[in-house]
This record gives sequence, structure tokens and C-alpha cells, in this order.
Amino acid sequence: MTAIALPPDTAAAPAAARPPVPPGSVGYVSPQFLSFDEPLTLASGQVLPSYTLAVETYGQLNDQRSNAVLVCHALNASHHVAGMDAEHPEQIGWWDNMVGPGKAVDTDRFFVIGINNLGSCFGSTGPTTINPDTGRPWGASFPLLTVEDWVHAQARVADHFGIERFAAVMGGSLGGMQALSWAITCPERVGDCVVVASTARLTAQNIAFNEVARRAILTDPDFRGGDYGDQGVVPVNGLSVARMVGHITYQSDEVMASKFGRAQRAPGPTGDYRYNYDVEFEVESYLRHQGEKFSRYFDANTYLLLTRALDYFDPARAHGGDLARALSPAQARFLLVSFSTDWRFAPEHSREIVRALLKNQREVTYAEIDAPHGHDAFLLGDVRYHAIVQGYYDQIARRLDLGERRQTTGVLA
Amino acid sequence: MKPAAALADTAPLAPAGAPGLPSDAPPRIDLLRIASWIAPGSRVLDLGCADGHLLAYLQQTRQVTGAGVEIDDQRVIAAVRRGVRVIQQNLEEGLALFGDQQFDTVVLSQTLQSMHHTEHILREMARVARYGIVSFPNFGYWPHGWSILRGRMPVNDQMPYQWYDTPNIHLCTLRDFQLLAGQLGLRITHLATFRGETEIHWLRGWRSMLAVYRFESPLGRQG
Repeated sequence: MTAIALPPDTAAAPAAARPPVPPGSVGYVSPQFLSFDEPLTLASGQVLPSYTLAVETYGQLNDQRSNAVLVCHALNASHHVAGMDAEHPEQIGWWDNMVGPGKAVDTDRFFVIGINNLGSCFGSTGPTTINPDTGRPWGASFPLLTVEDWVHAQARVADHFGIERFAAVMGGSLGGMQALSWAITCPERVGDCVVVASTARLTAQNIAFNEVARRAILTDPDFRGGDYGDQGVVPVNGLSVARMVGHITYQSDEVMASKFGRAQRAPGPTGDYRYNYDVEFEVESYLRHQGEKFSRYFDANTYLLLTRALDYFDPARAHGGDLARALSPAQARFLLVSFSTDWRFAPEHSREIVRALLKNQREVTYAEIDAPHGHDAFLLGDVRYHAIVQGYYDQIARRLDLGERRQTTGVLA
Repeated sequence: MKPAAALADTAPLAPAGAPGLPSDAPPRIDLLRIASWIAPGSRVLDLGCADGHLLAYLQQTRQVTGAGVEIDDQRVIAAVRRGVRVIQQNLEEGLALFGDQQFDTVVLSQTLQSMHHTEHILREMARVARYGIVSFPNFGYWPHGWSILRGRMPVNDQMPYQWYDTPNIHLCTLRDFQLLAGQLGLRITHLATFRGETEIHWLRGWRSMLAVYRFESPLGRQG
């Protein structure tokens, strides 16, 4: 394993030009890139001879190395969990409202690690990076991955920092699956497991949505069998449609209705319809915008790979569908949170996990937040949700003797 | 129905200001009695656990492994802040999250009278734990009868509601409860009755405002 040094300060935006750091922010952050040369055997049987992971950390690892929290990301996010990117200050971490000094996951006391998943496209080894055997991007030949593969890849990051046991492993949605998998795969390395808006297995409907997204990409003429990178094209339309479908499932009917209703984008002089297939309604404009934006920064092969990993996740599969048996190795305490209007991973998904953990006599806390925002709620600033997470982490800090909270910032300030 | 005997195990309880409850008032007398009926180190489920004060007290003084059930957001948050395990759900939906005989004792404190599905929750309690503890206001308290004779529904400290805004939809007397318990196969092991902070030992059916029963589940007896 070799750590590549951080980019020199000169590479970052000059300090004078940077916006000031808001209270509760971890400030300006840069990723580090950790390379691992020991081969990684994947669930598929394929072997990755070496790999690199993009990693960001916030706060200080204490001398006992007992205060580390691993935050796992969902489909389209990255290692950039909190703070402002040193080179692109406008890029705020995806869970910045949750992680920072004085926030629910308090970096005054916890050392927080964000890792870009193996196979993703924000600096970790994946379809867009060079295959050392061919000297060309992996593209479609990059091996398919499972959530368990991610856990094994991430465990080496823990080893790198000398962390034997995380104070907590945490994630929402696909990140929650990773947290759950950590508790099963490396039970002695997880003190507390925080699983938000997640599931122990996708339903047929979930898989169906993923399949629609994948078909959109795979049938785009610019996909070129996955080797679009070599040919200088991007399956923009496929990626856009994939994102549009996904985006619909992240929001509740209620939120879409209140945001857009049936508002027309540019109605005729008397409010007439335009009688064509251009953008007629605001919601169409919004979805197209989201889709186009996504297609500019996200890699199509990565999207295929990540959605497939979601489909495959099913720890109970090897135990005749018995989730309690699948979870029986887990030693962690658990916090599960779901949101009433999340129809992608509805509360029943979380309840199933709670039921299995209770059956195993594990310590479990479960909050079901009555919030209108659908699946996206796990990224938003619902006060009750943040209060639960804050209270839970403060208890972890108390048990580990990390001291009392010095400040409260962000959503709960 | 035989009268329930006083409990032999009346281990002294920690005084006010016990560890874990530094800023709290001491538990009420009925909660102290409930605590005394719970074996040290056992597994306890507290239904309608509010801010988790009873469980926190039991964790501190009797080293129980506890979990609470609560529906209210603010109470769930308060329980989490205390370090109490809490499951957020509506008790009216039953206890499907919990397996058969998963706990040693299940507690339902001053909630039974406001539940729609009274029999169902009692059956569920007997399913998930060997022992159940329920407390409820005693409608047989004699001033209630006096109030009704004067033409008004009773209102007092234990039931501080008017008839039109009360959550108490299933009020009963001690004997009423004992009859239902018998029908459900619940063997009553203990009864304690109170008026305010005073324990009532004689003519309790008339003189007490709050009844606390402990019963054994038919499932527990088989085990």
C-alpha cells in the first residue's frame, strides 16, 4: 500500500479567493489517494490485482484510534462527505449537514472517513481508470462488484489508518447497505452501525427501476458496448434518462406536487398548451436539467455497476432468506432510521432489519421519521432526524470517553 | 379471582439522584414498585416508554437489557439522548416487530386505558414476554361514584380530563381487569395500589386511584 501525497497547496485555489468557512463546516478539504497492491478477490471470482481509493478525512484520529467513523456513500456520491473542496470551493460535501464540528456526527470528537467506492468514478479505481494490463481504460471490462467487495476494499483503508474497530460505520441508502454489510462481514470492527433509509434486499420493483435505468444506458447508440471512452463519445441520453428515472424514485409524490404541481414552463399568451413534445411542464424541465447535469459528471459504466451491486445485495440469500441468521455474526449496536414517505426503501424495509436484530437480541434503536421528502430525506435537514443521530452519536462518544459536545452547529443550532 | 399477594422481593431502590438520573426527580412510587418486580439482569420491554426514564432507571439499578416502544418524536429523541434503546412505532399496530417470549418482562404503564385494542395488546404482551406489568387508573375509586351520583364525570389528578377530551376510552375497575386477565389466561402474581404517593393496602378496590398488576403469560408457564 502506498499513499500518494496530497496535491501541493499551490494546486488549490489561492486562499484569498476562497469563500470564508461557515460555522460547523470542516473547512477546505482535499482527497488522498490510497493504493493497495495486494490482489482483491471479488465475489464474482475475478481478482483485482491492485486498486486505488479516493479518501477524505475530517477531525483527528485519537491516540487509541477509537474515534473513527466510516461514512459510506450512496449511488452517485463520493468520498467528499463534508466541507468545501480545496480546488472547487463550490463543491460542498454530500452530507455536510450531518458531518462537521458541532454537527450530529461531531468532528470535534470523531475522526470521519469518506471513501469513494471501488468501481466509482471520483478518483477510485473503476471503469474510467486505466487497466494496467492493457494501458487503456477498463471501460466495460471492469469486473462487477458487490457490497461485500466494497467492504473488503474499505477494510484496507481502516488498516492503513491503524483502525482496528470503528466507533461507527454509517450510511444512507446504498451506503446503509454497506454499513449493514460491515456489521456482518467484519463484526469485530464495528462498534455501532447506523443504517438510514436502507434495506437488506431490493424488491422486484426496486430492481425493475434499476433495470429501466440500465436499459436506457445500454441501448444508447453512444454506449458502444461500454467502450465509449475509447471512441470519444458519452451516452449522454441514456445517462440522463437513467438519472431522471432514479430521481423520480427519490422523491415523494407529495414533494413533487408541491414543488411543481402542474405548473407550465412557458405557457402560451392565455396559458395555452403548446401542443408539442418540448418541455411543457416545470417538472419536465427539472428532470431534464437533473439528467443533463448528471450525464456531464457521472460515468455510464459506473452507473451500471453500482445499480447491479444494489440488485445483488441480499445477505439473507445464503441463509435460506432468513435475515436474522444472516445478521447473527453482527456484534454492533444498531441505529436504523426510515422516512414515512420513502417509497424506494419504505419503512417496512427497515422494520424487517429491526425485527431480525431483535430476534438476535442485538441492541437496536429505530426511528421512523414522518417526513414528506421521500427517499431524499436522508440527505436533508429534518430536525427530528438530526436530533436522533446527534443523540445517538453523543451516547457513542460518552461510552468511548471522547468528551462532551463542545458546540452545536448546523441543523440543530 | 384470588387477591394478589404482596411481593416478597422488595429490594431497596436507589435513592433520588442515583447514577443515571442526575437531574431527574426520583421515580414515582408506582414505577419504583414496577422496578422491584423486575429481576436484575433480565430483558425488559417498556411499551409507551416516553423519555425512557423507567428503562434508564432499570439499566442503572438492575442492569437490565431494555428496549422501549414509543410513537412520539420528541420522546423518542429524549430516550435516545438518555442512552435508552427505543423503537418508534404505534402500539395500536401490535408488537409484530417482537418475537415470541423475546423478553422476560413487558411493561405497559398507564397506557392500557387509552388503547383501542385492549385485549389485543394484552395478548401481545403475553406473547412477547413471560411476565407482564400493567398499570391503569382505578375507575372504582369511591369518589368517582360520588361524582357520578352528583351528575358529573370524575376528574382528578389521576384522570385530569373532561369527558370530551379524555384519551381514556377503556376505563375499568380492579375486578374488571382481573376478569379480563382470567379470560386471557394471564395469571396475576402481584398487585399494588396507590393513591398519589401513598400505597393502599385495604379496601383497595374503592380507595386506590392507580392499580399496578404483574401477571404471568400462559406461554411463559409452559416454558
